[in-house]
Amino acid sequence: MEKSIDLTLRIWRQNGPNDRGRFVTYEAKEIDTAMSFLEMLDVVNADIERRGEDPIAFDHDCREGICGMCGAAINGQAHGPDKGTTLCQLHMRRFNDGDTLVVEPWRATPFPVIKDLAVDRSAFDRILQAGGYVSVRTGQAPDAHAVLVRKENAEEAMDAAQCIGCGACVAACPNASAMLFVSAKVSQLASLPQGHPERERRALAMAEQMDREGFGYCSNHYECEAACPKEIDVRHIARMNREFLRARVLA
Amino acid sequence: MNLDSNVPSGPISEKWTRHKFELKLVNPANKRRFSVIVVGTGLAGSSAAATLSELGYKVKAFCIQDTPRRAHSIAAQGGINAAKNYQNDGDSVYRLFYDTVKGGDYRAREANVHRLAEVSNNIIDQCVAQGVPFAREYGGLLDNRSFGGAQVSRTFYARGQTGQQLLLGAYSALVKEAAKGGVEMFPRREMLDLVVVDGKARGIVVRNLITGKLESHCADAVLLCTGGYSNVFFLSTNAKACNVTAAWRAHKRGACFANPCFTQIHPTCIPVHGDYQSKLTLMSESLRNDGRIWVPKKEGDKRPPSDIPEEERDYYLERKYPSFGNLVPRDVASRNSKDVCDESRGVGSTGMAVYLDFRDAINRVGQATIEARYGNLFQMYAKITGEDPYQTPMMIFPALHYTMGGLWVDYNLMSNLPGLHVLGEANFSDHGANRLGASALMQGLADGYFVIPYTLGHYFASGPIGKVDTDHAAFKEAEKESELRINRLLSVKGKRTVDEIHRELGMLLWEKCGMARNEKGLKEALERIPAIREEFWENVTVTGSAGSFNQTLERAGRVADFLEFAELMVYDALNRAESCGGHFRQESQTEEGEALRDDENYCHVSAWEFAGVGRDPILHKEPLVFEEVHLTQRSYK
Repeated sequence: MEKSIDLTLRIWRQNGPNDRGRFVTYEAKEIDTAMSFLEMLDVVNADIERRGEDPIAFDHDCREGICGMCGAAINGQAHGPDKGTTLCQLHMRRFNDGDTLVVEPWRATPFPVIKDLAVDRSAFDRILQAGGYVSVRTGQAPDAHAVLVRKENAEEAMDAAQCIGCGACVAACPNASAMLFVSAKVSQLASLPQGHPERERRALAMAEQMDREGFGYCSNHYECEAACPKEIDVRHIARMNREFLRARVLA
Repeated sequence: MNLDSNVPSGPISEKWTRHKFELKLVNPANKRRFSVIVVGTGLAGSSAAATLSELGYKVKAFCIQDTPRRAHSIAAQGGINAAKNYQNDGDSVYRLFYDTVKGGDYRAREANVHRLAEVSNNIIDQCVAQGVPFAREYGGLLDNRSFGGAQVSRTFYARGQTGQQLLLGAYSALVKEAAKGGVEMFPRREMLDLVVVDGKARGIVVRNLITGKLESHCADAVLLCTGGYSNVFFLSTNAKACNVTAAWRAHKRGACFANPCFTQIHPTCIPVHGDYQSKLTLMSESLRNDGRIWVPKKEGDKRPPSDIPEEERDYYLERKYPSFGNLVPRDVASRNSKDVCDESRGVGSTGMAVYLDFRDAINRVGQATIEARYGNLFQMYAKITGEDPYQTPMMIFPALHYTMGGLWVDYNLMSNLPGLHVLGEANFSDHGANRLGASALMQGLADGYFVIPYTLGHYFASGPIGKVDTDHAAFKEAEKESELRINRLLSVKGKRTVDEIHRELGMLLWEKCGMARNEKGLKEALERIPAIREEFWENVTVTGSAGSFNQTLERAGRVADFLEFAELMVYDALNRAESCGGHFRQESQTEEGEALRDDENYCHVSAWEFAGVGRDPILHKEPLVFEEVHLTQRSYK
């Protein structure tokens, strides 16, 4: 055991999208600071289960910061206080004995609460379905070396492609804008020659779908970049705006 | 039961080409009349669903996550192999095939492996065309690295996130097809049963994880792409939701389970540090390219690593395997870590860890280069452990990571149940008793993009499948059984949590059926497992209701199946009284302590037929014939 701390948790409990929801207080005692935040929730939940009560629902899967399934705001910060970190990779050594932590789900109209901290992010799938792909069928591809890609462009594409679709950018944005998420895909494919034939169509279709889902507009607060566990740069938003303008002009 | 592998005749390099020609085709206009259910949306599932839709079939894709893009393939770090020979270093389809058969310790099917090597190059082409941002050189060409025991550089990678990028590529193909209406997606659904009508797989029963409602879905074929069963050990590097349920349900409906004891223990994971631990984290074994593995020469040496002088360090892999050194295959590296820890030379607070030291590499190429190669891995390590691996050596220990065993399939990827096809990690066919690094991604995508699109059409064209819908009695019966099982779980109302019991099972398996196994231990495990299973059904607590979002209930159902499956895995390990690959039977080792195969008695696939819970399963053997890669004792000296 590294060190043991006691915490007070104020956790949002909401039984489905139509329930009003409320904060419920839990005491988390003797938490080993080597635990991850989700392991701490596991310990709290095990106590709740042993009492025969309903444990706190939260989404999670890989627990190594790559699947994008987990996420909650701690004291108002999406994924908690560490930069470039998903909730599952946040460790309890980050907190002090006696701290009170307020834990809430992503708050955004396009992300209705399923239960407690779990929200419905299917809007993201619908945006990607609108154009977040290259139209190539299996078997049509030329040899991988047939098209050269500048290393800088490949790196740029990779920077954007790291997005795990967790939704923290939306939760952190005062307008609940999905611009960082959408721009990451637009920018990835705009950086690569393989994405060029469809770039106009893609930018327009994805932006339209984003509006349709009810996400807000970007007003340059950059909260998304600060919250992003993969530290995706807001310059991708600038690139998406250029792509969008370009598409409108060419349309 | 006759398990015919349906491997085509002819020379190995011509089998797949000839087979593709001989397979029957479905008329383009008729394809839309055939429907396919794809369960699981990792690399195998997404690529299969997308490609089958491109061909014109009607596809329904199911996954337990909230979106297909989160399947556990996403966590693969290191890379994907292909026989491109872009490095001009002597690689070829034949060499990739050869290495994979040998690496699998001669327990894979040669013809399947050759096909895998053949299509490997198409995978890279396909992924690049989708916009997967593989690492490149300054000239704009793709970069490669040597990986996990290979002596050629054939691994393509996207930083330390290759699985993520390949999955996002396959997912993009999937949403492209969903946009056209060819694929209907069903996220947050868990398969609870396979429905078999007139001996053919015709559908599935799923639970909608949000509403709790049971749903039946019918199709002309069912594809299970549901991954592996490492989580039977509770602690593994798999995502928390990975489970054996879909495969186990299919097994209980008649599909044979092949080589369940072939599990892979990955050598470079972050060691266990507490009782509350929920999972283990893998770090790409690409780290072994530059890191040197060592322990103190002295037993019980508790000095900090920086205080241990060079001459008192034992770089045991370099010492024992001078030509491969730190790059020996996974099973060899893992077993050696266990051995040195068993000799009380392990490090860290638990003594269950070894050092992976980058000091020499940093001195040689500079910290900036090491950071460029492994920056994200070092960062992840620092986050989890609170230690800086640039300053102090990493500590690593092996952990369950991948399962080579799986449902039995023939050359067409069809199980012994007509219509039920199994792809990716969920099947058994390509990796034998040990998978080489960067081969899992290759197999998942090979099965989905380039194999099943040919072989499934042959199944459809080979005979009338018959009309069935979800009103059929078999669907009603399967739904009823699922409902009863859920109600039974909820009505136990005992004292122990699902995780507590799962952890107990996992500890037992790690002890008795982990890195090293022996007859006595396996027999003990076979006695203990039914007792734990009984304890589960008498004393588990599952809160909440059936008709709601209930994560405890989800876990309980999966653990209930692990408790049945575990017995089969141990039974298989006991039955296979030889060592091979990841299956190390202590009774069967060479004088140097290496795995000793018994080709006379065990050169076969053990395919098990279900005979009832708690009853001995029925063994069917598929003999393995090695015409190309001759059986030799593996040696990495």
